[in-house]
Amino acid sequence: MPKITIEDLARIREQTRHLTTLRQGAGRVKITVHMGTCGIAAGARDIMSAVMKEVEQRALHDVIVTNSGCAGLCSQEPMITVEVASEPAPVKYVRMTPQKVRTVIESHVVNGRVATEHALAVGSEKTR
Amino acid sequence: MAYRTYLMVCAGTGCVANQSMKIKDRLEAEIQKRGLEKEVAVVTTGCNGFCAVGPIMVVQPDGIFYQLLKDTDIPYLVEEHLLKGRPVKELLYTPPAEKSPVPRMSDIPFFADQTLIVLRNRGLIDPEKIDEAIARGAYQALAKVLTTMKPEDVIREIKASGLRGRGGGGFPTGIKWETCRHAPGEPKYLICNADEGDPGAFMDRSTIESDPHAVIEGMCIGAYAIGSSEGYIYIRNEYPIALERLAVALKQAREYNLLGKNIFDQGFDFDIKVVRGAGAFVCGESTALMASIEGRTGEPRAKYVHTVERGLHDKPSCLNNVETWANVPQIILNGAGWFAAIGTGDVSSDPWGGSKGTKVFSLCGKVNNTGLIEVPMGITLRKIIFDIGGGIRDGKKFKAVQTGGPSGGFIPESLLDLPVDYEELTKVGSMMGSGGMVVTDENNCMVDMAKYFLAFTQAESCGKCVPCREGTKRMLDILEKITNGEGTEEDLFLLEDISNMVVESSLCALGGSAPNPVLTTLKYFREEYEAHVKEKKCPAHACKKLITYFINPEICLEKGHGCDVCRKNCPDGAITGQTKQVHAIDVMKCGRCGICQDICKFDAIYIE
Repeated sequence: MPKITIEDLARIREQTRHLTTLRQGAGRVKITVHMGTCGIAAGARDIMSAVMKEVEQRALHDVIVTNSGCAGLCSQEPMITVEVASEPAPVKYVRMTPQKVRTVIESHVVNGRVATEHALAVGSEKTR
Repeated sequence: MAYRTYLMVCAGTGCVANQSMKIKDRLEAEIQKRGLEKEVAVVTTGCNGFCAVGPIMVVQPDGIFYQLLKDTDIPYLVEEHLLKGRPVKELLYTPPAEKSPVPRMSDIPFFADQTLIVLRNRGLIDPEKIDEAIARGAYQALAKVLTTMKPEDVIREIKASGLRGRGGGGFPTGIKWETCRHAPGEPKYLICNADEGDPGAFMDRSTIESDPHAVIEGMCIGAYAIGSSEGYIYIRNEYPIALERLAVALKQAREYNLLGKNIFDQGFDFDIKVVRGAGAFVCGESTALMASIEGRTGEPRAKYVHTVERGLHDKPSCLNNVETWANVPQIILNGAGWFAAIGTGDVSSDPWGGSKGTKVFSLCGKVNNTGLIEVPMGITLRKIIFDIGGGIRDGKKFKAVQTGGPSGGFIPESLLDLPVDYEELTKVGSMMGSGGMVVTDENNCMVDMAKYFLAFTQAESCGKCVPCREGTKRMLDILEKITNGEGTEEDLFLLEDISNMVVESSLCALGGSAPNPVLTTLKYFREEYEAHVKEKKCPAHACKKLITYFINPEICLEKGHGCDVCRKNCPDGAITGQTKQVHAIDVMKCGRCGICQDICKFDAIYIE
């Protein structure tokens, strides 16, 4: 490793910052892939791979990708949920394919427009 | 490479001792097996602090906290959590008072009530990768200092922050730096005291293990302020993991030229040497430590001339503790005002006017949540013990807490609302010390506790000056006599007399504070001493010579039907009786080991 300057310090920080941002659970967007038995059977693994690939290719360092269990609507799997920190409620997308994943990420995550053609609903179920 | 999930496996000394490296290997193997190696990364971090429930793993970004892991749990955990997204409930943490587990780290009271400055990177970075530390802001403060601040500005900032020595003395850091800067003589030396000798204390070890660059950066900033180019870290050889991580961190910092010549091209040179100590308690004392670095016997000297003027090799030397150094970068980055807003008192006109920032404590003894905590100054002892510490183990009653290591005083229940503050703790006969905190319950005999800690300081007394060498020995003799039931009331007065003499006439702080446990227990728990000398009884049933074990014949026969288990397990052959008959203990043969009481399922055995 060569000697570093103050500019290098800022560069290293910028390049690695996403690592620790994600580890603190602080991201701008959180994409949840629903991976219950139903989701996995319907192809959620490929959806997860597609999400990971898209996030990496677009270098989206502020996006958290995580998985969770069945969302209850097994007939519409594979599903993903997109939560943007600045938006009031999460959006669920249904019947995902790798192609649809790319559309959703480009439209919703990057450009901030909900991809209505693939969306099921805005908001979460009521819990108590 | 970006990952969706990071498994932050604690690799502090405590968790490593509980096989966390095995957990890590198993995780990596399982992840490989499931084809998740491109999505999930395993990261080893420094100590998480919650050592009581180790080995620990935190899943990020979800913040799910797993505890008490075994390598056999891993296949199921990987399948459930990482493949199916369902946290494994059985492996989550459940607070003592509650029934359902708490999955999120930020919701666990142990973590929620802490304020992290020194330990801000614990569990978040791999301490052996400098880039991860830089991602969290390491060396930004050094860049700021070298490009925008004069040494005088740095000293002014540290003075205004109210930072005081975290090694125990509580001397205002800024004043120490200023005196050292203006002391005549070249070169000037900078020293980091990592010779943490208190039994049960591991603040410094943990800080170095989880974030070595914070200490290195703090030292660089100090060196610039004082005008030094040569630094030392004096660390005990019993800390193998800390030593290794420190060596890696120093090497990486040198490769980046964050240590060396012409750092950041600003014409500032500084490098650090590691000196390993052999583990003598007295070498935590500044003059003894410096003697040890020079290769001489680790003995303190009288400080008519302070070490900031004539210290190591008779040159001006500035010594601060690990925790003090680790605070420095954050003060520079966030400003003195930010730091001074945390804590007690007012330091704007008087640097001794308050206790500012946070303090790291190692919480141990009879609390539920033993571990390493960082709390804001001014927090009450009650909050530390009952909220963060989760109260006393097994529903027992709190008796006293010892703060400040083996030479700290015991603080009783009536003073638990005392804020953590240098002056307040000194006022009640204890001290901040380096941050050991030992909690005792109703089963601890205070005379016995005082004896235990005095035995430690007595053995560690270097023997240079008579009051400490001979005085502590005589004190220990008296305590031995009292716990054996041979003490008299005069002994209590003699004990107090010798204690005060040792405090007043010892050369260094070892002797000056060693009698604290004795003096405070005499003050707050005098009735326990009196029971020992007058009635020859130990109220806590801890002093073996003063207790007798008995078997309640009714319970033994009616509930236990003379089960005979106690007789079979008695190592002294002191129990007589046979199956279906009443058993009895021969007090002359009984060795007071207590095995029979532990083993009796019917609680037939009692102490008088």
